Amino acid sequence: MKNLFSLLKLTVFTLILFAVIYPLAIYGIAQLAPNQGKGETISVNGKVVGYQKIGQKFDKSNYFWGRPSAVDYNAAGSAGSNKGPSNADYLALVQKRIDTLLLVHPYLKKSDIPSDMVTASGSGLDPNISPQGALIQVKRIAKERKLDEEKVKSLVESKINSAVVGPETVNVLELNVALDELR
Amino acid sequence: MNTELLGVIGIFILTIVLAIPLGKYIAKVFLGDKTLLDPIFNPIEKFIFKISGINSAEEMNWKQHLKALLSINMVWFFLCFFVLLFQGSLPLNPDNNPSMTPDLAFNTAISFLVNCNLQHYSGESGVSYLSQIVLMFLQFVSAGIGMAAAAMIFTAMKERTTEKLGNFYNYFIKSCTRILLPLSAIVAVALVFSGTPMTFEGKDAITTLQGDHVEVSRGPAAAFIAIKHIGTNGGGFFGANSAHPLENPTYFTNGVELWAQMIIPFAMIFALGFYLNKRKLSNIIFGVMTVGFLLLVVPTVMSEINGNPAIEKMGIAQATGAMEGKEVRFGPAISGFWSIATTVISTGSVNSMHDSSMPMSGAMQLLSMMVNAFYGGCGVGILNYYVFIILAVFISGLMVGRTPEFLGKKIEAREVKIAAFIAILHPLLILSGTALASYFAAHDTAMGYWFNGNATGWLNNPGNHGFSEMLYEYTSSAANNGSGFEGLGDNNPFWNITTGIVLLLSRFIPIIGPLAIAGLLAGKKYIPESAGTLKTDTSIFGIMTFAVIAIIAALSFFPALALGPLAEFFTLK
Repeated sequence: MKNLFSLLKLTVFTLILFAVIYPLAIYGIAQLAPNQGKGETISVNGKVVGYQKIGQKFDKSNYFWGRPSAVDYNAAGSAGSNKGPSNADYLALVQKRIDTLLLVHPYLKKSDIPSDMVTASGSGLDPNISPQGALIQVKRIAKERKLDEEKVKSLVESKINSAVVGPETVNVLELNVALDELR
Repeated sequence: MNTELLGVIGIFILTIVLAIPLGKYIAKVFLGDKTLLDPIFNPIEKFIFKISGINSAEEMNWKQHLKALLSINMVWFFLCFFVLLFQGSLPLNPDNNPSMTPDLAFNTAISFLVNCNLQHYSGESGVSYLSQIVLMFLQFVSAGIGMAAAAMIFTAMKERTTEKLGNFYNYFIKSCTRILLPLSAIVAVALVFSGTPMTFEGKDAITTLQGDHVEVSRGPAAAFIAIKHIGTNGGGFFGANSAHPLENPTYFTNGVELWAQMIIPFAMIFALGFYLNKRKLSNIIFGVMTVGFLLLVVPTVMSEINGNPAIEKMGIAQATGAMEGKEVRFGPAISGFWSIATTVISTGSVNSMHDSSMPMSGAMQLLSMMVNAFYGGCGVGILNYYVFIILAVFISGLMVGRTPEFLGKKIEAREVKIAAFIAILHPLLILSGTALASYFAAHDTAMGYWFNGNATGWLNNPGNHGFSEMLYEYTSSAANNGSGFEGLGDNNPFWNITTGIVLLLSRFIPIIGPLAIAGLLAGKKYIPESAGTLKTDTSIFGIMTFAVIAIIAALSFFPALALGPLAEFFTLK
């Protein structure tokens, strides 16, 4: 019994150290981080339109689209599709997405479509697409918004994030915010 | 593509380079030498031990170590179980998440206690912030337990005859305060400044650019995610784990998290060398593990970069490889690498959905956990490998006709029996669990209380891949890994309870076994090395150990792998 009390006391004090002091210290440091560690947001005219890191649904034809999402971009319930690579239903779904893209972008060849635009992301909240995924939508956007195609294309190119290592990405929300500002 | 491979290679090499000084530091901590953080933590520890009435200077034998280890785990289990069971009515629950069902609370408490973090719930909707914090506590202490057990084994391997193997509480608290806490703090700060949230405010409601209303989950994530990797726990703050853009916002944080999960397992091996002053032994062990690791990594990264053959046939561009279940900011190369790092090292955090990996990658991920001896989890990795060393010593001793000895101690029937039992337990638990679940799925049994509906309902994919989902779940439980083929419908009494039992057995028996072997050996007479001694720090002995590991894994698991991922691989060709 004495032993049990010892262990309980040890538990309480280690709990204070690791589960109270440690997170509070990190919380304190987070106050110096961007947006006080509440997650970076993007605002338009002083109104928050989204989190920079969290993908959001774009299905209107005058915006650049993001990747398919298994949870329809529900930012309070992230998940992937968890479909296996040989699953027939899943492959039919991918085929359907390809067909839809070709229907909306009649100017595209199949081999122009990058795989990230027809597959669901791991989190269902992927904020990025590949540069190719944005470029294939340029002609459609230009037509919808009655903008010069070259102008839209150079906007996309200015929004490509490339680093020394790692894949090139385009943040869909940032791209669309910039698109709204384009005259 | 080339820069992606460079990223992978860079992180791997950087981890090895930094693991050597860290290993030296860990050895110093365990030896009780003076270290940098003593002035801060010595008084705190003294105070904690004094109030708790624990004498941290008292030397313990292996049985006392075990008793202390098991009893404190019991205390933690009940603490966590009750918090999860009543979290809905306890404080710090801004998102009003409900309390857990008893079977889910049972599974979750065990899985965090045993450093597995299986997570049959989803972080955003399944736990309160209070529960997250209690789970984070378990992430610290369960890693500390693993390291304390390893420290006792290090002590037992010294060249002397003794029953006295240091103090369990001392090893435990030092592992937590001197190693886990500072490393976690560094990682947490890196994450916070890269965009991972650390806030106690609940969900945010926003209107998106095109006018939809969405709620965005946040929380005190950065502190949690740091120890999740440093302690090789792997339990995510958010449902999608490290694929979630707040949990792992950039390519840089991905590198940090990869580094964080590999660093202690790597360093522990070097620590053994420094501790015993046998650098060559630890280099050989590290070499064997690295060869095994690379054999698993290369096919995985290649098959992810090459993409899905079935999608290839549809005629689209797979320049970025297989992207289902992956994030654009990581890409296939480092996602493939991560999937092997996390399964080899019992972390189980994921930055891509393993269920959607290519069949060959799935086979390699499974094999990583089935082998369960390369690098391994925080502390326990070296325990698993220790068992194979004992078996290899025994077998090679028989082959060359010498008495099997390891570090000057005779290996006799009792130790070999324990080692063989541990080696057999792992496949036994995995295969009998899978056989049971597959039987129900094959007969589409109505499960009654155990599952809502018929057994095939828990599968997310048909055919061979469905079998892989069940095999993966038990393999992940038995390896205390915690990743999953997450399509499996696992939040129900059948999966919660059966995997919970597998988790308990496969955590504590593989700790008890090596501790017992090491304790028994430590008490034996020390025989100085002579010309007749079988050398255990040579590459030949390294190859021998590798062969023992490979043969046991192949004999136990080849049929199961053939039915699951390998069959799928050939149908996709």
